[in-house]
Amino acid sequence: MGVIGQLILAYLAVLGFGLIINIPRHALNVAGWIGTITWASYLIMQAADGGVVLGSFIGSVGIGVLSNLAAHYKKMPSIIFNIPSLVSFVPGSQAYQMVRNFALGKYDQAVGFMLQVVVITGAIALGFLVAELLNQLIAFCLQQWQKLRSS
Amino acid sequence: MTTDELIIATCLKAGKIMVENGSEISRVDDTMIRIAQNAGVVQANTYVTITGVMMSIQGRNATQIASVTKRTIDLEKVSQVNQLSREFADQRIDLPTLHARLGQLDQASRSFPLWLQLVGAALVSGPLMIMFRQETVNTWPTVVIGTLGYLVFYLLNRYLKIKFLSELVAALLIGFSAEWAYQVGWGTNINDIIIGSLMPLVPGVPLTNAVRDILAGNFVSGPARAVEALISAAALGFGIAVVITIF
Repeated sequence: MGVIGQLILAYLAVLGFGLIINIPRHALNVAGWIGTITWASYLIMQAADGGVVLGSFIGSVGIGVLSNLAAHYKKMPSIIFNIPSLVSFVPGSQAYQMVRNFALGKYDQAVGFMLQVVVITGAIALGFLVAELLNQLIAFCLQQWQKLRSS
Repeated sequence: MTTDELIIATCLKAGKIMVENGSEISRVDDTMIRIAQNAGVVQANTYVTITGVMMSIQGRNATQIASVTKRTIDLEKVSQVNQLSREFADQRIDLPTLHARLGQLDQASRSFPLWLQLVGAALVSGPLMIMFRQETVNTWPTVVIGTLGYLVFYLLNRYLKIKFLSELVAALLIGFSAEWAYQVGWGTNINDIIIGSLMPLVPGVPLTNAVRDILAGNFVSGPARAVEALISAAALGFGIAVVITIF
């Protein structure tokens, strides 16, 4: 399973989720690219032994910032880009293992998986918060730059 | 209709469409206030929750409420309202036209056709299973069962109109199909098939919006959406748990 293969799969998955939640046609491609780029950053974090949580955090910061830029560029709401691109970061595997172990009565393992789900979801939410901060910083810098250029 | 009434009716319609189709609350607030300001209102007040939209014009005798009873996910419509609001701000359309266009938008359904949504479900389930589990043996069963699960969810949701029940039935079906695929030797790992097939049903929009609403300080709608996402996840989990317990 090569890196290129993973990136293609990430693009396809984001495209598919975009079709399900019905985002505008000409936003599909951009959303797919955001998903691919952020999945690449996640893979880099994994290769550097960063773990799933840090990878998800970096990924969601990337999604927040890139979606905001895409929203400005395409003149569309930014949720159109960040909901589909987030689909590859959903802790689906851990959530399933949690349900499975609860159903089988293995509560110690189930609680372990539940903690993983909570921590990953928390990392994604925190990533959005940091992305919001960066977005405001970017907007401020752009404003200052335009002021400098026009004066 | 007086101008005040028309302004409020237009803003409420825009807000209602956006909430119904899965926008976050701060964007709805922003759009409504912007439409009001571009229509010449100096100070307008809005109060937006996920079950109702209220608006008043400061100092005048005009307040209206629009209730939101159905919620679906159609981000195309959110984007269209945004586009119309921009056109109104640029004075390319006037207020009555905006009101009429919003009415048309509310009626029209520009969703992707069902077959394309099924392709989407297939694209979500197969690739994500490979990405999560690093194996390709179970790709085809996952794709087929994931698509089937989404089809059942879509049809039930359309005729039954209870989202959580549709999710429960879809999860049950996915679980039994995965078990069947394993029994007949089509798939080798039942866990991987279920994980992949469930991914199209993940409540991504309520979850993301819950986080965004809470971060924006909307403590009425954010937790409400989180509860919606949680019940969806619980419905899916319960369906799978039933299957696991039986076999």
